[in-house]
Amino acid sequence: MLSFKDYNEALKQNKLLGLKCKQCGTITVPPKITCGQCAGTDLDVVELSGKGEIQTFTTVFVPPEEREAEAPYIIVLVQLDEGPWIMGNLTGIEPDKATMEIMGKRVKMGHSVFAGDKYSAGDGARPLFSFET
Amino acid sequence: MRKVAVVGVGMTKFSGKQDKTCVELFGEAAMDAINESNLKPKDIQALFVGNVLGDFSEGQGQPQAFAADYIGAFNVPANKYENACASASAAARDAFIWVASGFYDIVLAGGTETAAKMGTPLATRTFAMGSDSRYEYPAGITFPGVFAMLTHLYAKKHSMPLEKLKRQMALVSTNSHHYGALNPKAHLQKEITLHDVLNSFMVCQPLQLYDCCPFSDGASAIVLASEEKARKLTDKPVYIAGVGQASAGNLLSQKDYLPRIRSRELSAKQAYDMAGLSPNDIDVCELHDCFSMATIIALEGLGFFEFGKASEAVERGETKIGGKIAVNPSGGLKAKGHPIGATGTAQVYDIVEQLRGKCGERQVEGAKIGMTDTLGGDGGTIVNLILKRGW
Repeated sequence: MLSFKDYNEALKQNKLLGLKCKQCGTITVPPKITCGQCAGTDLDVVELSGKGEIQTFTTVFVPPEEREAEAPYIIVLVQLDEGPWIMGNLTGIEPDKATMEIMGKRVKMGHSVFAGDKYSAGDGARPLFSFET
Repeated sequence: MRKVAVVGVGMTKFSGKQDKTCVELFGEAAMDAINESNLKPKDIQALFVGNVLGDFSEGQGQPQAFAADYIGAFNVPANKYENACASASAAARDAFIWVASGFYDIVLAGGTETAAKMGTPLATRTFAMGSDSRYEYPAGITFPGVFAMLTHLYAKKHSMPLEKLKRQMALVSTNSHHYGALNPKAHLQKEITLHDVLNSFMVCQPLQLYDCCPFSDGASAIVLASEEKARKLTDKPVYIAGVGQASAGNLLSQKDYLPRIRSRELSAKQAYDMAGLSPNDIDVCELHDCFSMATIIALEGLGFFEFGKASEAVERGETKIGGKIAVNPSGGLKAKGHPIGATGTAQVYDIVEQLRGKCGERQVEGAKIGMTDTLGGDGGTIVNLILKRGW
């Protein structure tokens, strides 16, 4: 069992935690109560590398309420070396300069914290990726 | 299981911010549907109402109970469906199941939303609540953001130059506005050009303003009746021949399929199998074009075109009236508008009007079988309905 709270606290320490299924070996992240592949319930908490490859991205110019100061910002979906995809932001490139050229590039994980708003029941850390080289 | 027919439909004009409440809007659509069915409010045995954000837009929780009372269907059971943008379709599917099972004979399904009332920042925030609040929202995800990422993924997967794909996507929007301009109930009744789309401001790269549907206020309702009752009420019943629904986890959990939406493919297959039909049998489809790219993905997921081929089909005009499959002759979410909790049964409204041959310049000649496709969130809910002329 890996709760959001424990996952979030670890991410704030730059540690990306996931779950490894003892039945099929699949890594599940973000955490769930069962394996994302086989729905098995015997899962070990493991620390992941935080490294991977950008699969896709967007630059957000029209943000949600209370996120105005962050825009424009880049959101990426990264395939981790361990298999799962994870959503985060990207630094190291001007947001309005990002093109499809960044897809396939290798990245490593840091983090930043969304402080939360009146709806979010507290803060939430998210991966902040940067180019590996 | 009994056969179930749509015997009456109603829909308000879709619009930007307006003074009417979500309950008042629902009442308008519901009374139209009830009157058209030659029924009285007291004949309605239960209400199934889609509504997503009444609490945020008006401070109104459980509008379904007040809606039942407002229309004079006193004290009947009334349930709200919250399946993001597919809420009203989920309501309609459940309403169908209850009538098909024999528990009820006549029910009302519909939806209402006052999304435009919230304004863009709050609407963008609350719509994003349809994504994963813990593992996606901290990164600042928005709904245009989801389909922007799927656009890049699609272009790469199919080795398609982004500029070419974007021009084809822009044609999705110009088509929708062309039909919207002919629809007196549409939110945006104006033609737009390719130039307008490609020069509108950037929302989430690569999606520009005119790749996106508007935030709308509006409501819709349909009356469902058992076959036996339907025959007594109308000589033009529209039968629900097939239904499908599926769910999915957050976008990340769908990684093995993206940019395909697996829940749609599962839902559509249920509907086709139940109806004993295939994509080639569908004359007209109202599908979930919340973004231009969403149309391309839906056209393929519903089986109308091969994967990687839908954008070219749009360019060849195959999704226009008279093409291989008439898509969104109502103007779709893009031009007719998208009051999210009302969208699903508004799609049914348009299909029923098409099957009855009442759409004037937007009419798909001889349409006998129609389909709806409604997406909630980024695949979290998909509902498909197949409707068939009963005369």
